[in-house]
Amino acid sequence: MSILVIAEHDNNELKVATLNTVAAANEIGGDIEILIAGSECEGVANQAAQIPGIQKILLADKPAYANFLPENIGSLITEIGANYTHILSPATANGKNFLPRVAASLDVAQVSDISAVINEDTFERPIYAGNCIATVQSTDTIKVITVRTTGFDACPADGGSTSIENIDIDKDLAISSFVKEEIAVSDRPELTAADIVISGGRGMQNGDNFSLLNGIADKLGAAIGASRAAVDSGFVPNDMQVGQTGKIVAPDLYIAVGISGAIQHLAGMKDSKVIVAINKDEDAPIFQVADYGLVADLFDALPELESKL
Amino acid sequence: MKVLVPVKRVVDYNVKVRAKSDETGPDLSNAKMAINPFCEIAIEEAVRLKEAGVAEEVIAVSVGSSASQEQLRTCLALGADRAILVETEEEAEPLGVAKALKAIVEKEQPGLIILGKQAIDGDNNQTGQMLGALLNYPQGTFASKVEIIDGSVEVTREVDGGLQTVSLKLPAIVTTDLRLNEPRYASLPNIMKAKKKALDVFSASELNIDVTPRINTLKVSPPPERAAGIIVESVDELVDKLKNEAKVIS
Repeated sequence: MSILVIAEHDNNELKVATLNTVAAANEIGGDIEILIAGSECEGVANQAAQIPGIQKILLADKPAYANFLPENIGSLITEIGANYTHILSPATANGKNFLPRVAASLDVAQVSDISAVINEDTFERPIYAGNCIATVQSTDTIKVITVRTTGFDACPADGGSTSIENIDIDKDLAISSFVKEEIAVSDRPELTAADIVISGGRGMQNGDNFSLLNGIADKLGAAIGASRAAVDSGFVPNDMQVGQTGKIVAPDLYIAVGISGAIQHLAGMKDSKVIVAINKDEDAPIFQVADYGLVADLFDALPELESKL
Repeated sequence: MKVLVPVKRVVDYNVKVRAKSDETGPDLSNAKMAINPFCEIAIEEAVRLKEAGVAEEVIAVSVGSSASQEQLRTCLALGADRAILVETEEEAEPLGVAKALKAIVEKEQPGLIILGKQAIDGDNNQTGQMLGALLNYPQGTFASKVEIIDGSVEVTREVDGGLQTVSLKLPAIVTTDLRLNEPRYASLPNIMKAKKKALDVFSASELNIDVTPRINTLKVSPPPERAAGIIVESVDELVDKLKNEAKVIS
């Protein structure tokens, strides 16, 4: 088995999602190589070189890969990837964007969002918003896979000293270009990597009321999320959305505030270790998955919770 | 410019699907079927482009069983001009669907192809990107804004942490995210008119496409159940439980 893991990074920092993906690769077993594709991202390669048990770090450092345009990155991975038995990437916005292009170019299926490895060709993945778990077997010679990061505990980040090989392949297809980016700057942990997440739903009533979650998040070192209903109502931006079509999280503690618990929301958080629900409707479905439920008006409960932490 | 909108027939988003007791698949007997919500957003965007005078024709296409004609009629009622069904006996995987769509794109030569980012049954999130690779077209996935600007399309994308805007040369592929638009409802007169619009049917073999599955589903099982929780009476009790029982805060 020879496995190529595509690293998730922002040209400066290797993201934890890469470590979850290497963990999945370790479960498949075999020689693992990591590809860092980006621009001026040598520092990321140096970080990846410290992950133990890796055969080689491949560094493709070209301006064409600066913004992870899927046309260029997909074309690069297709050329390199043909020599491996498995190509893995985390199921992040980037991985979901470029990896299906790779699979189609190699004329193989993609197995999306695996949550467990059974063996080298068989995997588990959630379908129907996580209401069913499918066990699927890939019959293709190259297995192209995105990894649900919450399904695999991160592998160690240091202890290794893998050599770095420069890859001189420049794929600039010139059919797409980067215009701009608006990335929210926050001192809080990333939603998908946080140990504690507190999310608000339609019950928050408006965007301003999300500030009630800030103080609690600050005290707990938590990330702040939201349900689709809160996003649809325009309270908060979509990158805060937890759910089937948003982010999948599995923190140690998930606090759902004013969230009814639609199937689509549960799909994004029901693997959290401990779930707390605060809702004034005692019949809300969220209480069926909560370890601790508090039936209360969130406008009373949140300030009290903040003062008692 | 023609706009092609591939759509999928899926179980209605309100249905809580369970695995069959023999674990051979999801239990969809008598389940209400509907157009995939993200595909509905795609149709709406295409119809708005036509209403704005940017697109001349909107063509809805589906790859699946003959029952998908129902969802194509819905697309026609929502404003698509005509529809195409590529009929397959068993459900095609995303790669097979992308190959079928490629054949339709080569016939119809649309300037823009708008798809949903994922179908809510398989949750694969692959077809648009695969079609992009097969056609060597650029893609703007997870779109929250689409603007046609002289021979290009500028797409604002929902990415981890915020928004990214890319410019793509036409012909191009866009996949829709939630906030792109709010789909309209079909009016009764439009539902009646839709019955008279053209709906062409091709078989996958007629188009010479191989949709043989590459993935075997060995079983479909229910997810692990969570143990029942408790209702706490006060914030004090909650904080106490989190500190001393669950030990998740200090």
